[in-house]
Amino acid sequence: MAAVAETLDTVRNVTEGGYKWGFTTDIEMDFAPKGLNEDTVRLISERKGEPAWLLEWRLRAFAAWKTMEEPHWAHLGYPPIDYQDAFYYAAPKKKPGPASLDEVDPELLKMYEKLGIPLKERAILAGVETRNIAVDAVFDSVSVATTFRESLAKSGVIFCPISEAVREHPELVKQYLGSVVPPSDNFFAALNSAVFTDGSFVFIPKGVACPMELSTYFRINAQNTGQFERTLIIAEAGASVSYLEGCTAPMRDENQLHAAVVELVAMDDARIKYSTVQNWYPGDAQGRGGIYNFVTKRGACRGARSKISWTQVETGSAITWKYPSCILQGEGSVGEFYSVAVTNNRQQADTGTKMIHIGANTTSTIISKGISAGHSNNTYRGLVRILPKATGARNFTQCDSLLIGDQCGAHTVPYIESRNASAKVEHEATTSKIADDQLFYCRQRGLSEEDAVGLIVNGFCRDVLKELPMEFAVEAQKLLAVSLEGSVG
Amino acid sequence: MLQITNLHAAIGDKPILRGIDLTVPDGEVHAIMGPNGSGKSTLSYVLSGREDFTVTEGGVTFDGQDLLALEPEQRAQAGLFLAFQAPVELPGVGNANFLRTALNALRRARGEPEMDAATFLKLARAEAKRLHMPEDMLKRNVNVGFSGGEKKRNEVLQMAILKPKLAILDETDSGLDIDALRIVGDGVNALRGPHFSALVITHHQRLLDHIVPDRVHVLANGRILRSGGPELARALEAQGYAQVIAEAA
Repeated sequence: MAAVAETLDTVRNVTEGGYKWGFTTDIEMDFAPKGLNEDTVRLISERKGEPAWLLEWRLRAFAAWKTMEEPHWAHLGYPPIDYQDAFYYAAPKKKPGPASLDEVDPELLKMYEKLGIPLKERAILAGVETRNIAVDAVFDSVSVATTFRESLAKSGVIFCPISEAVREHPELVKQYLGSVVPPSDNFFAALNSAVFTDGSFVFIPKGVACPMELSTYFRINAQNTGQFERTLIIAEAGASVSYLEGCTAPMRDENQLHAAVVELVAMDDARIKYSTVQNWYPGDAQGRGGIYNFVTKRGACRGARSKISWTQVETGSAITWKYPSCILQGEGSVGEFYSVAVTNNRQQADTGTKMIHIGANTTSTIISKGISAGHSNNTYRGLVRILPKATGARNFTQCDSLLIGDQCGAHTVPYIESRNASAKVEHEATTSKIADDQLFYCRQRGLSEEDAVGLIVNGFCRDVLKELPMEFAVEAQKLLAVSLEGSVG
Repeated sequence: MLQITNLHAAIGDKPILRGIDLTVPDGEVHAIMGPNGSGKSTLSYVLSGREDFTVTEGGVTFDGQDLLALEPEQRAQAGLFLAFQAPVELPGVGNANFLRTALNALRRARGEPEMDAATFLKLARAEAKRLHMPEDMLKRNVNVGFSGGEKKRNEVLQMAILKPKLAILDETDSGLDIDALRIVGDGVNALRGPHFSALVITHHQRLLDHIVPDRVHVLANGRILRSGGPELARALEAQGYAQVIAEAA
């Protein structure tokens, strides 16, 4: 049998259910019953074949979680979450997907079209299970990922699912996991620590500039890890990496509750750039359905002159609770936060950052652009804390809010605490509306109302979008326009 | 061809246009002059489709189409261009990007292929040069931080690139020095031809030294009181509106 035909055959067998490999008897065991208790945690750890230390770690997190209360200080309103009424572990592909694009929600397809996603990719994103497409998908990702891995391996970079890192690089995981976001850090981080299913692990060795941008898009096994994702990125001294998370295509998920944890560690002179485009299902116009996204993202600038830069474009989810932060410990280290948060219809976002200045001459920059439309609520919440030893620390914060229509809300809640008299902290904030005369001016030049809104909003967000890697920025611009469709008029 | 018939328009309950009849054939430039508050700017807004005004009577056709039934962008796509009296600022939106987006919106509506960035930039640079505008005006954000004169010249640049069939210039000369005035005049004159017409709204005769109109209309109190050739503009400058309006009454 020719190699290609053989591969095709293998792929077919795998995609058609893997009967040949005798997996069928395991299927029933592959998801945990509803509810959360020690047994759930043990089952997850066991299914993933984890070592004892990690199970212990999870159990300690679970014990902590049980004593904690869900935080309610954010400007968010949602019905109480019953944590015992959710699934915490399910095997991938427990339900068959749609057989062809004809069976996919036409609204979803329309969205893909507007975003300019190629037809083939639309089918993959929508989870269509026709054999040809599945084979294409496997081929694409296998070949891309293989070349990709070879090139990374040459430079000593490790980029793999965190579950694989637990097996292959246990010493690294053990050293760094929970070192930035401890398991008992907060309610949602504790929950994640107890039940996380997968996520990315990145290790850039000393002095290495990662030869390419790392994207979750190319990570095998990226599906079905979204609910309790755990990501850990380590850049050793002098190393640098740019990591892209997410996808502009709308992501649907059966699970309403999402609680991810991301930890970044940067040693001397290391640089980590972490870019996110978040477009989870926001719910319908009345606010039904939609993802609850409670995320803990934190970077530790441990080394001198290290730099961590967060860039996020948040357009999805019904509820967003997210504060990517930097702990600026190393002398002269730099923290950056560039954010665009869009809320429309009934969406609610409470997002911002924390910049903790510990070391001397540390600097941080915060640029936040909030756009509210429909009946939505958009809150910027930020903390700049200057500790006594942070002599010469500087912060610049700019928070701009743009309102579309008169039913939405924009709120800015900055906290500034300075315990060193030499520190300089600047805060600027503006609130504006898209003016009728701006819209009319654009329309008089031939732009539709929606294109005009897109153009004005993209102009408003320019300072943030220019921080995104090029291809991502182009996609993000389209996404902003699509997210605000129907918000004017 | 633009044909305005017995046009009445109001803002809220307040009538502003009270029965305007005006025909601008293809290839002609007409000037509309009149004192403050006569309804000149209202006419430009009603023709371009600004929603603050209600048409209470009468109608407008443009190339045989019912202009008032079209959305503002459809009017632009049909070839109508308004050079704003107070051009609007668009923070963060690059001038070249804005212009190319507009040009491609017009091309799409006409079933023409979109223009790529490189070709567009060549065109925009050439036009900017012809109008004696510094090239960096293309890089700056739309009208942000522009002086009054720069904003007006930017309107003329947009007109030169979008090449409308009918241009309405709403007091484009106000606040311009002599040199800028000539540039605006050159911009309009370069477009003149059998398929271009213009409605030049102005207070002063001086713009009409650069753009010699085929017809001049005097608008006062929401009506056209007198029409004539270019000599009418000179008579207005010499005698003042009061005299001309009194004679017409």
